[in-house]
Amino acid sequence: MSTSDQTLDEILNLAAAHFKVPREKLSPDDDFFKTLGIDSLQTLDLLTKLENYFRVELPDYELQGVSDFRTLAGRIQARL
Amino acid sequence: MRDVETTKQHGEIAEKAPNRSPEAGLSWTLKDGVIELGLHRAPCNELGSEALEELEQFATFLQRVQGEAHALIIYSEMKPGFCAGADLRELYQRSQAMKQAEAIKGVRDFLERIHRVLNLIDAAPLTTIAAVHGVTFGGGFELALACDLIIADKMARFCFPELRLGLIPGFGGIPRLKRDLGNSVVRDLLLTGRSFNAVKAQQIGLVSQVVGEGESLRAARATAAQLKKFDRATAAEAKKFIKPIPHEELKREIDLFCELFARPAVEAGLRKFVESTDAQPYLP
Repeated sequence: MSTSDQTLDEILNLAAAHFKVPREKLSPDDDFFKTLGIDSLQTLDLLTKLENYFRVELPDYELQGVSDFRTLAGRIQARL
Repeated sequence: MRDVETTKQHGEIAEKAPNRSPEAGLSWTLKDGVIELGLHRAPCNELGSEALEELEQFATFLQRVQGEAHALIIYSEMKPGFCAGADLRELYQRSQAMKQAEAIKGVRDFLERIHRVLNLIDAAPLTTIAAVHGVTFGGGFELALACDLIIADKMARFCFPELRLGLIPGFGGIPRLKRDLGNSVVRDLLLTGRSFNAVKAQQIGLVSQVVGEGESLRAARATAAQLKKFDRATAAEAKKFIKPIPHEELKREIDLFCELFARPAVEAGLRKFVESTDAQPYLP
């Protein structure tokens, strides 16, 4: 598994655990707003969770318009 | 239950505290020398006209009992966070119903009133602790900044999003953050409008303790219990010595906010924000 794929996999695991969604229901290209059923405040929760886990800082404006896990993983990977 | 306990312990003083009603967005208690101000207005303790009236009632209570207490803890009972800031929907709707000059006068009045409350908390002769979690944005961040210590759970997030709507923070955030941390931090937060987490907030000296999820109130209570051991008068003098209130800059902030509020860009930004139904609300 490449580093990018590993990051993506870890994001999917974290999102599933945090929002109590079965992991097998999440796919890399899912719209996470729809799949997780989350609003903007919960998205901030996800961002914080990811920052704490990967020990990175990800300005929220970098996530404007991002709605799928794969692009999100790319943004995080760029800061690792 | 808390009110009953408080009344038993503190007699006349505590009886003057209002009972918690279902409509109230704030409630407070005084027990063992610790005042606890709980925020519980859905969805995330937005600060509008009702919240301001309640804060003013609390300020009156605080002035009356602060000689009897050594600590004040401010915390939120709402799951999304400590406080999402000013009630932008109310601000927009009220300003739409008035002529511009009247709307600006209303904004100035609101700001002057909330500044009075926050200045009182800032200068209170007891040690004040904001126990925060989740969203601590805009006016909520400014409320936390009025406190002496911020204890954050690791899911807390801080932000001044105002510039994204064509405004500046109006509840004293810029002068207080500059007093506490310096100009470069203010510029980063203010000019980018980005949010950052509790770990970053601790790294730059904003947050004194980062604790696990759901632990900020417990940690604040443990800190308040420690403070009780110290001589009250000495602690109050130490605070007065180290924490001046930046009155001049606070006044200038109100003037600048009102000046900016008069511009059409603000109305347009607020309208887009209020009318947005996206999962991610409009924020440029």
